[in-house]
Amino acid sequence: MIEVKHLTKRYGDKQAVNDISFKVEKGEILGFLGPNGAGKSTTMNMLTGYISSTSGQILINGTDILEEPIKAKASIGYLPEIPPLYVDMTVDGYLGFVYDLKKCKLPRKAHLNDVCALCQLSNVRNRLIRNLSKGYKQRVGLAQALINNPPVLILDEPTVGLDPNQIIEIRTLIKKLGKSHTVILSSHILPEIQAVCDRIIIINKGVVAADGTADEIAKNITNEHKMTLRIEGDTHTAADKDKIVSAIRKIDGVKYVRADMEREKGIYDYDVEAEEKVDIRRALNQMCRENNWNILMLQLSDLTLEDIFLRITSSDIQVPRSDESSAPVIDLNVNEKGELVATEKQNGGQE
Amino acid sequence: MGAIYRREMGAFFTSGVAYVFLTVFFLLSGIFFYNGVILSGTTETSNMFGSMFIIVLFLIPILTMKLMSEEKKNRTDQGLLTAPVGLWSIVLGKYFSALTLFIIAESIVFVYSIILGYLGNIVWTTLLGNYFAMLFLGAGFIAIGIFVSSLTENQMASAVASMLVLFMLYLLDTFAANISNETLKKIVLSFSFYSKYIEFTRGVFSLPSVVFFISTAFLFNFFTVRVLDKRRWG
Repeated sequence: MIEVKHLTKRYGDKQAVNDISFKVEKGEILGFLGPNGAGKSTTMNMLTGYISSTSGQILINGTDILEEPIKAKASIGYLPEIPPLYVDMTVDGYLGFVYDLKKCKLPRKAHLNDVCALCQLSNVRNRLIRNLSKGYKQRVGLAQALINNPPVLILDEPTVGLDPNQIIEIRTLIKKLGKSHTVILSSHILPEIQAVCDRIIIINKGVVAADGTADEIAKNITNEHKMTLRIEGDTHTAADKDKIVSAIRKIDGVKYVRADMEREKGIYDYDVEAEEKVDIRRALNQMCRENNWNILMLQLSDLTLEDIFLRITSSDIQVPRSDESSAPVIDLNVNEKGELVATEKQNGGQE
Repeated sequence: MGAIYRREMGAFFTSGVAYVFLTVFFLLSGIFFYNGVILSGTTETSNMFGSMFIIVLFLIPILTMKLMSEEKKNRTDQGLLTAPVGLWSIVLGKYFSALTLFIIAESIVFVYSIILGYLGNIVWTTLLGNYFAMLFLGAGFIAIGIFVSSLTENQMASAVASMLVLFMLYLLDTFAANISNETLKKIVLSFSFYSKYIEFTRGVFSLPSVVFFISTAFLFNFFTVRVLDKRRWG
């Protein structure tokens, strides 16, 4: 239905989109996820023929958007980031204009009624768009995209500015539309993508960072198992915390341990990550029994889409290495009791 | 093209641009008609039409200032450029809407001619010649105005810049008068709108002038199409 091959867009020497390729089949809802400035809108603008690509090819229903733009555009409904609304028109007047603009052949009155009912605009049809709330404007934008019933829908952040009820309505609507249409929607709201989309493409700095269902992406990203533990130590003080952390660290297969907040008095939570296919729960129990500690809670937490997203989009941030100049400078002094005291001097002369 | 034409016509009236344009046009042309024709005790309208050049020059930018610039500013161009219509349809839809309003405005001369009919004999051929001269002039100027409007997102900048461009075209004759080199003078004069227009108002029908005005309209609409096209490749 939609085929994108090696799509690239350069603005001067800035690479906005770099060699993106993907395919979307009929009836699929594809989510475009990425931080702001990742190239989501640029890609969508290229898919709809608003801007051209520097290189690469886009086929909509087998039609090249640059070679036969009018034919290709006829099968796309597009809701841009800022809905293209003429605010001095009424909702009805505007949708009628779009109907004419798209040279729609469907029965006029019935089709406009359908679209308005679908987007819940029926009670504002005679109002000026200027006077509508942001949520309604967004829905008029969506209605505009649905006119002429195009087989492909491209929606750039469709739920921005809507209240929670409306967001749920729009999501339900998109899901419903997804059964008969090919839908691409972009968002930086993770639960939205997770709730609506069959497949996710994570795009970061102009390249596809991941492509697949949420579970597939999660599997590819990591094989680790995360869990959150609440362990009661024997003294109910902060000293427990260090003991417990070092004890957990000694268990085979544990990769990462971090003490979290004090959840109950003197009792702390611990985030633990184990290596692939290593089940450390029994070893944990064993350890606690030996030390006379109690496990009050054990919660397995799989990677959420949020974790995946953060990992992918921040993976190219280099961890700064400490070299000589950034290494802490230690002052050694002998205090009045004759003990050796080491104090860390911050660079830049801070206390 | 039809959809864009109808929307622009509606927008002219809902935004009030049409009322301002028509009022000012009727008022100023009425003053010229009263002073230049009625008070002079003549049915000769050529002088009146001659003076109208400057009104057309300053009023057309008001008509065209928003046509492209507002679309870009409000991002509504995204709706047009992703709809299954060609760039020519977009530009011509807008162009003809402005031209229609201009024709409505200048048709006021038929009201004047009815008044004149009571006072004396009208030379209809001159009047019609003048009417079409103004139509062709407007056709050229509107295309220039739309082109300037496509270069900016600010409608005021668009209006001022178009007025400036059209005024410079008006001054071409004055520039030409100061040029001593005959060939250069001829070249400069060949771009003069004013001399071609005045020729018409005196009752001389000149086909090359008609071709000149229509070519200007075509050329600047073509430029506007190129501007839209180029933006996609930017």
